[in-house]
Amino acid sequence: MDTILQLLEKNARLTAEQIAVMLNRDPAEVAKAIDEYEKNGTILGYHALVDWDKTDREYVTAVIELKVEPTRDRGFDRIAEQIYRYPEVQSLQIMSSAGYDLMLIMEGRTMKEIAYFVAYKLATLEDVRSTATHFVLKKYKDKGIVYSAPKRDEREQGMV
Amino acid sequence: MDYSKVLSHSAASLRPSGIRRFFDMLQGVEDVIALTVGQPDFDTPWHIREAGIESLREGKTYYTSNAGLPEMRAEIANYLSRRFDLHYDPLNEIIVTIGGSEAIDMAFRALLNPGDEVIVPMPSFVCYTPLVTMAGGAPIELVTTAQTGFKLTAEALRAAITPRTKLLVLPYPNNPTGAIMTEQDLLPIAQMLRDTDIMVLSDEIYAEMTYTARPHVSIASLPGMKERTIVVNGFSKAYAMTGWRMGYSAAPAPVTEQMLKLHQYGIMCAPTTSQYAAIEALRHGDEDIAYMTEEYNRRRRFIVDGLRKIGIPCHEPEGAFYVFPQIGAFGLSSEEFCQRLLAEQRVAIVPGTAFGDCGEGFARISYAYSIEHIAEALKRMERFVQSLK
Repeated sequence: MDTILQLLEKNARLTAEQIAVMLNRDPAEVAKAIDEYEKNGTILGYHALVDWDKTDREYVTAVIELKVEPTRDRGFDRIAEQIYRYPEVQSLQIMSSAGYDLMLIMEGRTMKEIAYFVAYKLATLEDVRSTATHFVLKKYKDKGIVYSAPKRDEREQGMV
Repeated sequence: MDYSKVLSHSAASLRPSGIRRFFDMLQGVEDVIALTVGQPDFDTPWHIREAGIESLREGKTYYTSNAGLPEMRAEIANYLSRRFDLHYDPLNEIIVTIGGSEAIDMAFRALLNPGDEVIVPMPSFVCYTPLVTMAGGAPIELVTTAQTGFKLTAEALRAAITPRTKLLVLPYPNNPTGAIMTEQDLLPIAQMLRDTDIMVLSDEIYAEMTYTARPHVSIASLPGMKERTIVVNGFSKAYAMTGWRMGYSAAPAPVTEQMLKLHQYGIMCAPTTSQYAAIEALRHGDEDIAYMTEEYNRRRRFIVDGLRKIGIPCHEPEGAFYVFPQIGAFGLSSEEFCQRLLAEQRVAIVPGTAFGDCGEGFARISYAYSIEHIAEALKRMERFVQSLK
């Protein structure tokens, strides 16, 4: 069943029928499995991976390191929830590293907009001790896909 | 200067490749979805590349022993034994060659006396008949058909054997048809050849790309066959190492000895860097093979299902990475079908006639491409087929 997930993670537009053919399984069984995964949250969503640099959308991506000190009885989950409820926050993870605790990725229209968000929304949270904001200059690869021009097939024809 | 006076007649008489000719037509057509290439679309796995790079850093840039590094031959023997139950002495029964191609050429030149007949099942890889001709032999084309799933049958073989038959080429899993010979298919062939003086050249370069429950069986593992078989295999397809030019022959010592002489005079040794990379492949590449074969298998199912759904019949290929659909029912010759498909829908596939006249009515489609690429090609092919109705 894992294989269905692997295939969908790489290409969310494969139909149950196509996956069934590739894996030599019954299409109804595959469709049912996918349905289950969607219902129980194993598959959380399907997103297009967009290279926004190819459009005229103005945006900036920032990676923010947060040092937090959870008050007794509350723990990381509570702080995390307070932070991730902001729609601007694209991703939030607790990290094992020594320098900081939470890593947050967000997008804004400008660096200033992000700076304001950090200063007025994040830094003001009770348990946030410090923040360090880094701006993404250029994206090379995301979710296993390289952002540059599509890879040309360089294979020579030859005799074979 | 009049070169026709100086060039070798036999070389000049060789027919240029049909595939090559068709490809020159591709130049200048934009936005083509090609399904033509006979090479894996995977890059050589990193750990294998690293081993090659490391050998260069260590300055291993000299000739190796003619027959190949002893460690490499030992690993090849190990591989053949654990994968295919074939047992060869690494010191005098194995030669590391420049691709399977060199092993094939050396085998012909070591065996053939002028006029010796070589039975070549067709359609198959285009290199056999020219190499047989250049080695002084007489190629005997034995046509296999869709009726037998392009397998070689004992009946067909019996009809082709003459007192001058020296060698049978057994190219399975097969390019272009994707057919394989199971143990059951091989037994009657072995039966017929045992106790004769006919040799077998078993080109097993696609051995790892077999999609049946039972893995590939080599004819050399059948009783009475090892003494008369030259097994050719290599790294190009199994490990996606086409450009490294690595292959090998495994044959009884008296045959290997002669092949080695030719190899020594003509080649010296196969590339050293490639040998070091290949050792790593043999030692730790089993998982890579499994991964790539599983990928090919998914694509195989996808493309066969897709072709049949759009009304192009094809027998199910059980090996290699080609499907050989029948396109004769549309009233066009193979070449016409492929040319028009290219011109009208910009999909490139290889007409079956590139592999011999017996390929008329068929085309070879490679699935050494991503699912997305294959899906797009099928969409366009469907439009083309609809337009022919």
